[in-house]
Amino acid sequence: MNLLSLHALAVGTAIVLILVGLAGALVRRNLLKIVLGFSIADSGVNLLIVTLGHIPGRTAPIIDDPKLLKDAGSLVVDASKVVDPLPQALVLTAIVIGVGVTALMLAFVVRLYAQGKSLDIRDFGRLKW
Amino acid sequence: MIKQLVGLLAVLAVAALFVALLPLMAPTELGPVTRHYVEQGLVENRGANLVTSIVVNYRGFDTLGEVTVLFLSVSGAGFVLRRREGLVPEPQRRSSELVQTASRVLFAPIVLFGAYIFVHGHLTPGGGFQGGAVIASAVLLLLLADRDRLLPHGFLSVIESFSGFGYVVTGFVGLAATGSFLANRGVIDLGTWNRLFSAGVIPVIYVLIGLKVGSELATLLDTMMHADQAGEGHR
Repeated sequence: MNLLSLHALAVGTAIVLILVGLAGALVRRNLLKIVLGFSIADSGVNLLIVTLGHIPGRTAPIIDDPKLLKDAGSLVVDASKVVDPLPQALVLTAIVIGVGVTALMLAFVVRLYAQGKSLDIRDFGRLKW
Repeated sequence: MIKQLVGLLAVLAVAALFVALLPLMAPTELGPVTRHYVEQGLVENRGANLVTSIVVNYRGFDTLGEVTVLFLSVSGAGFVLRRREGLVPEPQRRSSELVQTASRVLFAPIVLFGAYIFVHGHLTPGGGFQGGAVIASAVLLLLLADRDRLLPHGFLSVIESFSGFGYVVTGFVGLAATGSFLANRGVIDLGTWNRLFSAGVIPVIYVLIGLKVGSELATLLDTMMHADQAGEGHR
């Protein structure tokens, strides 16, 4: 893999985002920052999955041009001209689920703050053993 | 301190894992399953956007599950942040004249743009989830302009339930017509490739998903917007 290509840049950014998010979720004590960490890691995972389907030199899997077809008569698409659409479909799902999960986590944070008047995770040790 | 060191060590371990996996991250060919989706996508679905073909048709059942997960998380948030009956929201600081006027001007165009995105989901990058999110952003603007505004919950839940119901009904229509749940070929005419009226039931399902996601996210925004009052009411 060429280290200066767009592909390598995207993979690198995605990995850094995942690590930053993971570190935030594990090390921080503010509940909001933990949620933010999960959200950042989520973006990193999505970027990584999309990048894994990217093949350099190919175009988006939207067939709006007859040049992308194998031959003019049929509707069979030339599979050597477009990138992998499957990871993109998976990420479309993952983004929506990520929004829902983040919203649910924030709802829990709001409820915890209303009960304990604190955002520090150390104040909520009741489920610890 | 020890815990944070352990956390950082775990992060470093994940980093090492990624470095080890790096050589696998540069594919040069499509896999066998996705090759079928790409090559036969237009023949089988006539949807120019192959991602939409996968999300709504080949993996339509998974998308039905995904819509359910979104519904569950939104209703979970609504349950956790529920308002006490009869609790009148406290009046809040009014937002500026600019936001109020802009929200009135921009609300209809943003909703229209969201509808455009999900109606053209089978032709352009876009679709039900994206269009629904755009519509929800219009609702957010409305809520930012007037924080005391309460959304019409009855109306939103009617849209939400009927679009979810319509998705399942579309699936059963496919089952009745061709013997396969959420089938596309043989249900309605597939039409001509790259036209608005093409791709069979894919645009129908994506419009339903767009309405469902839009109303769900709008309900979620409303729940979160009034969450501080819910917290006060329960103390």
